[in-house]
Amino acid sequence: MTKIVATFEVSYTQILNKSGKLTGPLPAFAQDPEKLIELYRAMVLSRAFDAKAVSLHRTGRLGTFPSAVGQEAVCVGTASAMQETDVFLPSFREHGAQLIRGVTLVEQLLYWGGDERGSDFSGPKKDFPMAVPVGTHAPHAAGVALAMKLRGEERAAVCLMGDGATSRGDVYESWNMAGVWSLPVVYVINNNQWAISLPRSAQSAAETLAQKAIAAGFPGEQVDGNDVIAVYDVVDKALKKARSGGGAHLIEAVTYRLSDHTTADDASRYRSDEEVSARWSEEPISRMRTYLTESSAWKKEDEESLLAECAKTIEAAVEEYLATKPLPPESMFDYLYAELPAAYAAQRAAAVAASDENGDD
Amino acid sequence: MTEHTLVGAVNLSLAKALEEDETVILFGEDIGVDGGVFRATDGLVDRFGKDRVLDTPLAEGVLAGMSVGLAAEGFRPVPEIQFMGFIYPALEQMISHASRLRNRTRGRLTCPMVLRAPYGGGIHAPEHHSESTEAMFAHIPGLRVVIPSSPRRAYGLLLSAIRDPDPVVFLEPKRIYRAVREDFEDDGEGMPLDSCFIQREGTDITLVSWGAMMHETLAAADQLAEHGTRAEVIDVATLRPLDMDTILASVEKTGRCVIVHEAVRSNGVGAEIAARIGEDGLLSLLAPVGRVGGYDTIMPLARLEGRYMPSTERVVSAARRALEFE
Repeated sequence: MTKIVATFEVSYTQILNKSGKLTGPLPAFAQDPEKLIELYRAMVLSRAFDAKAVSLHRTGRLGTFPSAVGQEAVCVGTASAMQETDVFLPSFREHGAQLIRGVTLVEQLLYWGGDERGSDFSGPKKDFPMAVPVGTHAPHAAGVALAMKLRGEERAAVCLMGDGATSRGDVYESWNMAGVWSLPVVYVINNNQWAISLPRSAQSAAETLAQKAIAAGFPGEQVDGNDVIAVYDVVDKALKKARSGGGAHLIEAVTYRLSDHTTADDASRYRSDEEVSARWSEEPISRMRTYLTESSAWKKEDEESLLAECAKTIEAAVEEYLATKPLPPESMFDYLYAELPAAYAAQRAAAVAASDENGDD
Repeated sequence: MTEHTLVGAVNLSLAKALEEDETVILFGEDIGVDGGVFRATDGLVDRFGKDRVLDTPLAEGVLAGMSVGLAAEGFRPVPEIQFMGFIYPALEQMISHASRLRNRTRGRLTCPMVLRAPYGGGIHAPEHHSESTEAMFAHIPGLRVVIPSSPRRAYGLLLSAIRDPDPVVFLEPKRIYRAVREDFEDDGEGMPLDSCFIQREGTDITLVSWGAMMHETLAAADQLAEHGTRAEVIDVATLRPLDMDTILASVEKTGRCVIVHEAVRSNGVGAEIAARIGEDGLLSLLAPVGRVGGYDTIMPLARLEGRYMPSTERVVSAARRALEFE
């Protein structure tokens, strides 16, 4: 005898299509044009910051930087749906989300400029710093969520990762934990189709990345990752479920990386200009602008003043970043442990002495 | 006073930590109803409940990774890895995250956790159950690596490790889990981390060791004493940060030193100690610093295990070479 013992379905949600037309009913939060404008403004600021960071890198004033052009809706939609008391665990391409969480532009510039103070967030005190080793933050999110569950709090963890991360063992292990312990955590995959040079089709034979959650015993769904309204909506619902004891959720936001992987990458080595150009028609910002303009919520003057405002905000942050002096060498030692063990004293003194001899700041 | 084995002391220490601090939680494979494969957590789930003593699915890497998340949220997780041979999936989390969280956030997030694992050979266990790879962790800034050599020290050092605000790798020498018993009170007294213990005072040679090898080392000191040599014996106990002051002071007194460890000889903690004596204690030395370790081989299966493990005789003969050097 053979019978079917399990079946599954994976949904795909889109509310605003690439032409800026509604393809589904507007969720309640989106009935308020001010809310939509807020999301739009955040995406525009994120992209403007992106461009500035890349130019700072090109002129030698910032280290390697991972652009997120084209993926603004994933970051902005996800972080906007979070409550302040939730915890955000980012990968390294989520400056748009971190901005909304309250990580300042100066902090982000400091981090990519090579200064640890960039992860000492003045805003979201419990949010995690960026996870550079791909997918290694997935277990942290499960741990944060377990802490919330053990204390019976109405909070949730949100972990954002790329499509490449879903091939990693620790991501599967974390999902397994999130499922079996019904943890209040929402995993969001920024499926931008490329893990440096490896396309999505070569990353996994699974039809969707979302369905990987089903094997771990919790729901997974796809969303149009270029539609900020849809991203906000599905993350919002998943978070409400997680905070009220409904367990984990996986959202695969389907988008496209319009930029190189980082400033150290040259994407023309592995994908054609035609492919990238075609994808520009789907990007999240212009469709939202079209929708807002057509619904009379946004005018040309609004756009002009927004761009000027973004430029001003970013310029001020850049100035502050560039004026920030590097940390003294002993700071390498001062946060290693709560209290520096005696065994380190000689090395710390040597670092200070070497710096004094060199006449460093 | 009650007599305790080393594994019993671990159990007592964990119970005390759970009792005194509600943020302490234990988790690992088979640690709940089964009480752990070595029974280190025997009875704890009954006393403290399933929210404090959690049986986890089989995934070592995620145990360490979840600890980072729990610790950042104010818990003090104490995950157990069943055998050190299975600890390697947890390495990435300990190196890339646990050890760095305080530093990379300038103290905004911290990682008070204790990763416990039984380690070392000598119990005729299956493949991958007998290695001593403490040097891997001792290489990592931001971690503490602590190894007890007796029941009393297991109790006190583990309590201090759990109370410590930073991540600790706590390696338990399983060969002596039940080999010795010691009298002590379950008084909640911790023992100092970051300090060597002078186990026996002497004037003629310094023998340095840690973990289960303390027993061969002390036996060697006994044999040397029969011939009138008074060996000073030091239990390193914390491999990172390393208390070289105590070791150098001893070598200044004795002029001779032999380091004994079960781990492979090359690139180990013994090499670091020998190098530091060379850098900071050369003029005290009357003989080259000797090392007795496991061979630079794969840890053999049970039949040859006894041939691999440093014996009392090997320690004695290394000490004699140092004593007879002119």
